[in-house]
Amino acid sequence: MKVVFKELKAYVKELILIVLTVLGTTLSALGLPLLLSRLIDQAIPNKDMAMVFRVGGFMIALVIFGLFCGVVTSRLSATVSMGVGRSLRSKLFSKVQYFSQQEIDKFSASSLITRTNNDISQVQVFLNQCLRIAVQAPIMCICGVVLAISSSPQLSGVLVISIPLMAVVLVAIAKIAVPLSTKIQTKIDRINLVMREKLTGVRVIRAFGTVDFETEKFDKINRDYRKTNKKLQRTTNLVMPVLIVVLSLTAAMVMLMAANQSLNKGMDYTIGEVMAIIQYIMQIMMAVIMLTLVFVMLPRASTAANRAKEVLESEPSIKNPENPKDNTSKRGYLTFKNVSFTYPGADKPAIKNLSFEAKPGETTAIIGGTGMGKSTIVNLIPRLYDCTEGQVLVDGVDVRDYDMKTLREKIGFVPQKAVLFRGTIDSNIQFGDRNASEERIEEAVKIAQSYDFVMKKEGAFSAPVSQGGTNCSGGQRQRLAIARAVVRKPEIYVFDDSFSALDFKTDKSLRQALSKETEDATVVIVAQRISTIMEADRIIVVENGEVAGMGTHQELLKSCDVYKEIVESQLSKEER
Amino acid sequence: MKKFKKSSKNNAYKRLFSYMKPYRGKLILAIILIMLANFAYALAPLFMGNATNFLALVLENGRAAQAGADFIKFLVLMGLAYGINSLFSYIGTCLIVGVTENTIYDLRKKVDQKLSKLPLNYYDTNSYGDILSRITNDVDTVSSSLQQSIYQILNAFFTIVIIFIIMLNISGLLTFVGIAVIPVALLIASKIAKKSKVQFDNQQKKTGELNGYVEEYYSGHNVVTVFGREDTVIENFEKTNDDLFEASKDGQFLAGTLMPIMQNTTNLGYALVCVVGAIIAISGGLSIGMIQSFTLYLRQFSQPITQVMQITNVIQATGSAAARIFEFLDEKEEVKDTENPKFPEKLKGEVEFEHIKFGYLPHQTLIHDLHIKIGAGEKTAIVGPTGAGKTTLINLIMRFYDVKGGAIRIDGVDIRDMERSRLREIFGMVLQDTWLYNGTIMENIRYGKLNASDEEVIEAAKKARADAFIRTLPGGYNFVLQEGASNIAQGQRQLLTIARAMLSSPPILILDEATSSVDTRTEVMIQEAMSEMMKGKTSFVIAHRLSTIKDAENILYMQDGDILEVGNHESLMAKDGLYAKLYNSQFAD
Repeated sequence: MKVVFKELKAYVKELILIVLTVLGTTLSALGLPLLLSRLIDQAIPNKDMAMVFRVGGFMIALVIFGLFCGVVTSRLSATVSMGVGRSLRSKLFSKVQYFSQQEIDKFSASSLITRTNNDISQVQVFLNQCLRIAVQAPIMCICGVVLAISSSPQLSGVLVISIPLMAVVLVAIAKIAVPLSTKIQTKIDRINLVMREKLTGVRVIRAFGTVDFETEKFDKINRDYRKTNKKLQRTTNLVMPVLIVVLSLTAAMVMLMAANQSLNKGMDYTIGEVMAIIQYIMQIMMAVIMLTLVFVMLPRASTAANRAKEVLESEPSIKNPENPKDNTSKRGYLTFKNVSFTYPGADKPAIKNLSFEAKPGETTAIIGGTGMGKSTIVNLIPRLYDCTEGQVLVDGVDVRDYDMKTLREKIGFVPQKAVLFRGTIDSNIQFGDRNASEERIEEAVKIAQSYDFVMKKEGAFSAPVSQGGTNCSGGQRQRLAIARAVVRKPEIYVFDDSFSALDFKTDKSLRQALSKETEDATVVIVAQRISTIMEADRIIVVENGEVAGMGTHQELLKSCDVYKEIVESQLSKEER
Repeated sequence: MKKFKKSSKNNAYKRLFSYMKPYRGKLILAIILIMLANFAYALAPLFMGNATNFLALVLENGRAAQAGADFIKFLVLMGLAYGINSLFSYIGTCLIVGVTENTIYDLRKKVDQKLSKLPLNYYDTNSYGDILSRITNDVDTVSSSLQQSIYQILNAFFTIVIIFIIMLNISGLLTFVGIAVIPVALLIASKIAKKSKVQFDNQQKKTGELNGYVEEYYSGHNVVTVFGREDTVIENFEKTNDDLFEASKDGQFLAGTLMPIMQNTTNLGYALVCVVGAIIAISGGLSIGMIQSFTLYLRQFSQPITQVMQITNVIQATGSAAARIFEFLDEKEEVKDTENPKFPEKLKGEVEFEHIKFGYLPHQTLIHDLHIKIGAGEKTAIVGPTGAGKTTLINLIMRFYDVKGGAIRIDGVDIRDMERSRLREIFGMVLQDTWLYNGTIMENIRYGKLNASDEEVIEAAKKARADAFIRTLPGGYNFVLQEGASNIAQGQRQLLTIARAMLSSPPILILDEATSSVDTRTEVMIQEAMSEMMKGKTSFVIAHRLSTIKDAENILYMQDGDILEVGNHESLMAKDGLYAKLYNSQFAD
């Protein structure tokens, strides 16, 4: 919760006002019975009509005051809680933007999403519900105690018994209910997981005719959920009845004590006093109930806050150098010098001792099995990761010596997963270069073989792209991602398996169009298809993180067994 | 439009109640108990008022023995009333919990069963997210609110009725004074509720936008990084975040005023009652105790109203969620199996397409006239450019969709004359979209034949070339796959689905060859496993590989959803048509 308190500091003024307005509300609520007891004890016995109206007028004024205070409290608490949510969310989001791939891997993207979206709103809801209560309950308690004791310290003694009694009961119920509700959460997750699986596997389930098996499986967890939920509901439903019993017992106790003390100890009580004390005691106990409510909700909110804190406290492992040394006149050179890379926590390096040098106009291709480290190699170029040994040099300068913006401006990167963002086709291409002219965008789109389908879309370049680009096919997304990289006019092109969703024909014409564009640039292609990379100047064959061979197609056919095996599986004899 | 929505919601409540019918005995008992509990609760202040009156006597003139005894009597009665109230209302809520949990259980079961009865067409034409949200979120919403709202409504109803009667009994005038402010409060509150609903919807919308934005840019984090656009992304985020702040601040503020308004109008009634009560008391019309209990009643009277006001949003949400669930449950189901199902006497694996006509939409015809007979044990390759609708044929053979004209026969029997479950047992299917579920590898392979022994499963895995990699996993066959089997590689997933199909050893196979997302060595293994499986069996293969196509007895060339050319490799090359063109373009590098 520390992070939350830190954010609350910005709202000291509002918080003080909340205390004041809540105090107002409380005084108004407590004042009414006080005034009523005045009516009962003084006005009615004395038949003092003037006093009735005076006290009545005062009561009404008090109610209006209470209303005003309540509304203001609501405004302030909404501002504070939503404001804290806003700034936490913004801090979290900005932090994540500058994370390196390593931190993203550490948390996983989906967990970061939950932390930014759900956890923060959890904190927000908690604050909004509890801010008022957290302030009001102690105030009510204190006011109640002061008033009760000032009316009669003897009668107030009941509290010494009732409050602990109530606390014990509530804690006992919470002890049972809290673990149950955690259990319920996992069970509902399980139900929803199975539902999701059934939805994605609808064809398979029917093809295997396992409907009965599936129904039974679901029935089991459904039954299980019902059982646990019944238990939970029946436990939490105990709260109200038990509280009513405790409260009524307390009231009865007060009245009994009053009678007893008046009879046996000669104490002098008016009936109005007794009634008022009962009401104060009720108020105090209500305050205690409200406080328990806060404590019931607190663990959830504080877990959420802690999850957010974890993110805020992790520092990106890849940072900008303090004194960038990125002066170079070279363009389009890429060098790997004895590069090794080990993922944090892994036993074996993902890449071992890789060296090569690429000059402008050259194409370097990387081929090999999945999970063999191909993507890892290209991820080192824009510093998505830093190599653990050796050096990656761009234009003769170590990538770690570059200002990151400068380095990345040199690179046109097409990731394996072609991600588009919500917006338009234009805005997605411009993501590559925000100052790109219309002509340049069109050019890039043409090179990426996307012009035809873009023009077919309603609105052409301003056609909407939905979140994640789901309204484009896989092949279209890939081509737009290529256009986004091309529009930058980079010195180094990186294609991480970026042609896989294209058919052979498109693949071929795209590469032809690209070859003109990339005349002065270095191209690095990761691929699975031999036909995509056959003409590369240099093919690097990766097997289990090690370089199994390097050379041209013809050279490798003679020297590299792994390469030969790959070729044989893909091409017919005459094509080799 | 709005009117329609409302009626569908009302309908939803009605139908939700109809789900409780099997438990109406319990429900009625619960209602009676809650009524009694409320009655006891309502009597309590009356006893307390009496106790107060006698206490006043005791306090005033010391040893009034009779007053003391009466005081104790009423005190005990009060305790009893509260005790009965607590006991009965607890039993009542427990009964309601039972009823609602059973109802939700039934509802979930219905939804689950519906999933298996809907035609494939439904899944193909509705968005995954929409269906998912109906069968998970909407059911959750109903589930979490049903019990709470039923109890609160019942409770509120009885409290209001009973207390109203009692208050009238004490004093008609005071009742009028005390209640007069409530309609005003309600009016203001409902105005605010309406406004806050608009704000709330707005907040929901903005939350959705923001969540979408976060999801999008976190998933695409590497793109943002490599293009160095962090600052633009943050800038846009701040805008959405500010919008959300404004919307939620206003929404929460308005919603937050509901409580103080209701409370203070009640307090206003309270103050008025005090004044008027005092006047009546001065003129001797009412005892002090009566005023005391009347004010307590007034508080109790307004409490349920405030509560119901607070849960109206919940009730609304329940209604819309239920309406969406019922919409799902009302979807048209698959055509029923025939009354007198037939089945080929001896399964050989001969498949005959007789003048097939088909289209997914009512007035659309994709396949115009497919006529081909595939002999037992033959291999049929389906080829064509991406997006040509190659899965359509599979949809038809397995009767996920029904043909619009002509007939498909297996060993002479029309597939529409067979039971679906038996028809589908004939096929083994390995698709690129490898569906595996959260469970152990053993369980997942066994899915092909639910009564297979462990040895049979391992045997199938060996044949599918999957055994080796399974043994390298921690726990081997007991390795638990995550949802979507995301903790193993794509190629490995495919090997598992092959093992699963192997285990079921069906006479006809439907295979989708691996493409680029799998590395070449795994690909070779998949290839080998598939050829092993295909030996001597009729097979349909969505082909990407020359070797597969060349030795297939039949090739179906598909484009734009229709089957345009039929033949084998030689005859189609000789024809020099679309197939020849595709073949040449793909490999003439």
